[in-house]
Amino acid sequence: MTDNPSENVTRRDFLKIAWGAAGALALVETGGVVLSFFSPRVAEGEFGGMIEAGLVDSFAPASVTPFTQGRFYLVRMPDGGFVALYRKCTHLGCAVPWNPSENRFVCPCHASAFEMDGQVINAPAPRPLDRFAVIIEGGMVKVDTSTPIQRDHATDADLVYAEVP
Amino acid sequence: MTEPFDPRPEDLKQRVWESIQRDELPPKDDRGRMRVVMNNLVLHLHPSKVAKPTLKFTYTWGLGGLSILLVALLAVTGVMLMFVYTPSPATAYMDMLALQTEVWFGQFVRNIHHWSGNLLVIVAFLHLLRVFFTGGFRTPREFNWVLGVGLLLLVVAANFTGYLLPWDQLAYWAVTVGSSLLSYVPVIGEGLRNFLLGGPEVGAATLTNFYGLHVAIIPLTLMGIVSFHIWRVRKDTLSIPHKLDGTIDGAESNQVEKVTTLPHLVSREVVFALVMTGLILLWSMWVNAPLEAAANPDHSPNPAKAAWYFMGLQELLLHFHPVFGAIVIPALGLGALALVPYQRFDLSAEGVWFRSTKGRRMAIAGALSALVAVPLLVVLDEYVIDLPAMLPTIPTLISNGWIPFAAVLLLVIGYYEGVKRVFKATACEARLSVFVLLVVSFVLLTVIGIAFRGEGMALMLPWEVL
Repeated sequence: MTDNPSENVTRRDFLKIAWGAAGALALVETGGVVLSFFSPRVAEGEFGGMIEAGLVDSFAPASVTPFTQGRFYLVRMPDGGFVALYRKCTHLGCAVPWNPSENRFVCPCHASAFEMDGQVINAPAPRPLDRFAVIIEGGMVKVDTSTPIQRDHATDADLVYAEVP
Repeated sequence: MTEPFDPRPEDLKQRVWESIQRDELPPKDDRGRMRVVMNNLVLHLHPSKVAKPTLKFTYTWGLGGLSILLVALLAVTGVMLMFVYTPSPATAYMDMLALQTEVWFGQFVRNIHHWSGNLLVIVAFLHLLRVFFTGGFRTPREFNWVLGVGLLLLVVAANFTGYLLPWDQLAYWAVTVGSSLLSYVPVIGEGLRNFLLGGPEVGAATLTNFYGLHVAIIPLTLMGIVSFHIWRVRKDTLSIPHKLDGTIDGAESNQVEKVTTLPHLVSREVVFALVMTGLILLWSMWVNAPLEAAANPDHSPNPAKAAWYFMGLQELLLHFHPVFGAIVIPALGLGALALVPYQRFDLSAEGVWFRSTKGRRMAIAGALSALVAVPLLVVLDEYVIDLPAMLPTIPTLISNGWIPFAAVLLLVIGYYEGVKRVFKATACEARLSVFVLLVVSFVLLTVIGIAFRGEGMALMLPWEVL
């Protein structure tokens, strides 16, 4: 064999690369096994499905109704629009209680405060309260708690209105 | 010539004893004492001889040994607790109540475990300070310093995972807050938190995950690295205390006197361990580990505080955007801490407390600067400066993140250059001063978080908080 090492891979180099590649592959595979083994175990039927909140007329305008099992507040704005706010503070995940006397949500952990529509009025929270999709069908308000929707600003486009009969 | 077929002694009792303990007890002379150290499993982590000056108590303060003692106490009491505890949300809190009311000495064993864990955070931190202030991280011990920093993180991780296990309100919300910090890590943060918690929120999966980490993964990793840490101390030897003029402290000449480990070092270790064990037992008899109401995911207590060793971090979060408070500043701090021994030394100050006379004055300057600046900045940020409101058009990542971060960084750099010029100091001494400034600042933030933050995390006086 008259291999020129500068042009060709020698047998020794080839074996080194092969061993290295096999080792790296084994590591990746092991990592994959470990990650999948410990991947989140989500139980079906818990918080995460469609929740029927109630009839449109049972929520007065300018009211905030907590849904403990669904982990959200159903807010009806003074103009009649609905928005469902995830109760988890966008700062560090504390449950944010509604404070009726101050007319705002105040987080007990780091004093973040949110307006009725979830808009931040006091840092450190970096963004408004996440919301869930609200669907109104036949006068019934339903909230889809499967995916919290993150937003940079709370806008009127987030509000859902009951169709006027 | 006939060799005896079996040269061992005839007496069975003596043969059994010699098969276990290879050397004569008690050893008669120095040679025998050194052999016992070399041949004994526990004692072989010591060298057979040590430099006499390093035995001085006020040099090491016994802090490394005390850490080992606490790990031993934690292992023993931790295994005992495993027999009466089930990591499930349905049973965990009831098990805690049963432990405290029905199990013989249950409260006592839990107290020892709880207080030893908390004390370990303090002792490990003080050990780090001692090594830094005496220049014990110098060549060839750089990597052992890095191992030590890793051990400190593992100790905090062990405390954090143990925090959740009682499943009371304090535990539940401290872990909710603590794990939410992770979700601010760019790109992988959200996935990482879900992986750790075993789901989107703290729940049953979180409890099993944390239990596995707390009783198996963290202790095993910790003990592995501790062995490596001590083995390196043995290989590299302890640094020797020096006086300011460079002479060896506690020695007549510059020739280091060596004494046998047994009994000079071992007897000191045993006495100190016994005294400390006695104090921990007394404390655990009188002061109970806290247990609040059972965890209630629907209601965060007010104020909801993290574990005390995270209160400095939580305080940072009140002043900085979370990306800076939870990620950038702690990561920079840890990175700088790990790199401390790899900087160039322009001073031969191994074993000298605070490097030099100038270094001692500069350490005081650093502490005083922090004592003035930190409360001032906290009060200013609380009542006067509200950057996001002053700059409403700019994203809070900049107005509440980059701007205050850059300001603090400039203050620290200005301080470094300032003290270097004022004291006409070397880089070693100026770095020492900045280190003291940052450590005292972190301790002050922790104290403010613990004692000066009340309902709604508003600033209050300690007697309104505690």
